[in-house]
This record gives sequence, structure tokens and C-alpha cells, in this order.
Amino acid sequence: MNIETIIKELNLKLRSATGDLKKNISGGYTGDLLSDVMANSHEGDIWITRQVHQNIVAVASLKDHAGIILINSCEPAKDTLERAAQENIPIMVSDLSAFELSGKVYDLLAKKD
Amino acid sequence: MVVWKKLITPVDATDKTPYQRSFYVEGGNFTYAGIVSTSIKSILKQMGLPADVVRKAAIVSYESEINIVSYAKKGVIKLTVDSQTIQIEAIDEGPGIPNIDLAMQEGYSTADQKIREMGFGAGMGLCNIKNYSDTFNISSEIGKGAFLKMIIDRH
Ligand SMILES: Nc1ncnc2c1ncn2[C@@H]1O[C@H](COP(=O)(O)OP(=O)(O)OP(=O)(O)O)[C@@H](O)[C@H]1O
Ligand SMILES: [Mg+2]
Repeated sequence: MNIETIIKELNLKLRSATGDLKKNISGGYTGDLLSDVMANSHEGDIWITRQVHQNIVAVASLKDHAGIILINSCEPAKDTLERAAQENIPIMVSDLSAFELSGKVYDLLAKKD
Repeated sequence: MVVWKKLITPVDATDKTPYQRSFYVEGGNFTYAGIVSTSIKSILKQMGLPADVVRKAAIVSYESEINIVSYAKKGVIKLTVDSQTIQIEAIDEGPGIPNIDLAMQEGYSTADQKIREMGFGAGMGLCNIKNYSDTFNISSEIGKGAFLKMIIDRH
């Protein structure tokens, strides 16, 4: 499962097409508290959050996440996109809630490896 | 446009000479928050250090950087890499931490609304620092600032 496939399968809007869209997604993490994400997410995770502030890019970059999906149609701030371009982090937007999106991502990751 | 450039230059990490580098951190400025830890991670990666060691250093430097930005006036993060360890010191000028035992408790936070809205303020940062460093020291002088020293073994 990579970013390109997940975009197609879940109808995501790609807002920052930087980074490696073919990079394998090995897992996922859902959370809005940055210290929690720092402690508990893993390399290769797709991060699901409602935070749109540019600090999410530093977290994703430091943790080597495959990308970030914003929920509930939350749009990334302009600074966030600039920083994402420099840190090579793909950012996507979904109109689903964190609960629904996490369920779908979980299913996709369980199905195709 | 925000300039979000890496502060790094290519590094040559020989085992004989300890590598040292200091980074300035401005209190209250969330625009650049994370740039120091991102740079530290890049430097350590360039040195070819093991991935888990780089990961630990990234977490402890990030949390100490964000705490300086969130609570202090200004600070410095010092990186030292020698043949055995990675040392990260975070020294700030600010209010200091009146009760370190309390601050170390998971969930304790004095973060204001503005900081919480950005996703900080879970009260987990100092716990993360403790959990991801092999040796951790924290001290503070009220009204002066805080001093943190994290050591990570290179294995
Ligand atoms: N450098 C510092 N100067 C002054 N106070 C500090 C400093 N670092 C931490 N503190 C105090 O200790 C508390 C706990 O810090 P900690 O990093 O564990 O959690 P937090 O910053 O509140 O939330 P989180 O790190 O999870 O986003 C802070 O809320 C603050 O009151
Ligand atoms: Mg903190």
C-alpha cells in the first residue's frame, strides 16, 4: 500500500504532492496531541490528524511518516504546505471523520500488503 | 514565504574528534519550532548513526526545543557527538520549573490555550525525554531558566 493507492481508494485530495508517493505505508497512527504522536507513532506510518498548523510537518519529518491525512475536510495552513514542500511530506485531505478514516485505512492496510 | 532551510552543512564524524554544534532557539516563535531538532536529526543521519539512535535523539531534541519555544524567553540546544554517546543539552533563559517532580508527571501541563490549539500541552514532553534518553538530568533555577541534559548511547 502506498500513498498513490490510498488516495485513489479513499478519494483523498492531495494538497502537497511532495515526497515519495510510491513509498510503502507500513502502518498508521491517529492523534492530535503532538507529544503523543512523537512517542507512539512509527516510521512509515500514515498520520491521521485534525491539526493543520505547520508544526505537524516537523513531527512527520522527525518520525519519518509516509504522509499526513487531515480529517473532516480540514485544509492545511499555507505555511504548512510550504514547510511540507521543503521537508518532502505528502499532505492529503479527507472529508471523513478520524474514526471513519482510521477504520478504512486500517482495513486497506490489513487487506493489501 | 517562510524560509525553512536546514541549518546543516555536511559533517564528517570521525571517532576521534567530538562533533559539537549549538543552535539558538527563540521563545514564543512557533514559526521555526522544530527546525533545530530537524537539523539535529539530519546531522546524525549523515553521520551514519543507527536508525534507533537517531530516532531517540530526534524525540528528545524535539520535546526540549518545543518546551523552550513554549515556556522560555530564549535558549540554546547543544549537540555533542563523541565515539560513545550523543549528548543533547537544552539550556534556556525563562521562568524555570518551580516543581520538577510535578512537571515530570505525565499529563501535567501549564500550556495556555494558544499552545494547546496547536496540539501541544498533553503534558507528555518531559516523559518522552526521560523515556527516550539513556541518561537524563533536569535542573532549574526559578526566575532564571531550565537546564536539561540528555545522553543517548551509540551502542
Ligand atoms: N523549559 C521550561 N521552562 C519552564 N517551564 C517548563 C519548561 N519545560 C517544561 N516546563 C513546564 O513543565 C510542564 C510539563 O512539560 P511537558 O513538556 O512534559 O508537557 P507540556 O509541554 O505541557 O505538553 P507536551 O510536551 O505534551 O506538548 C509544562 O507545562 C511547563 O509548565
Ligand atoms: Mg512539552
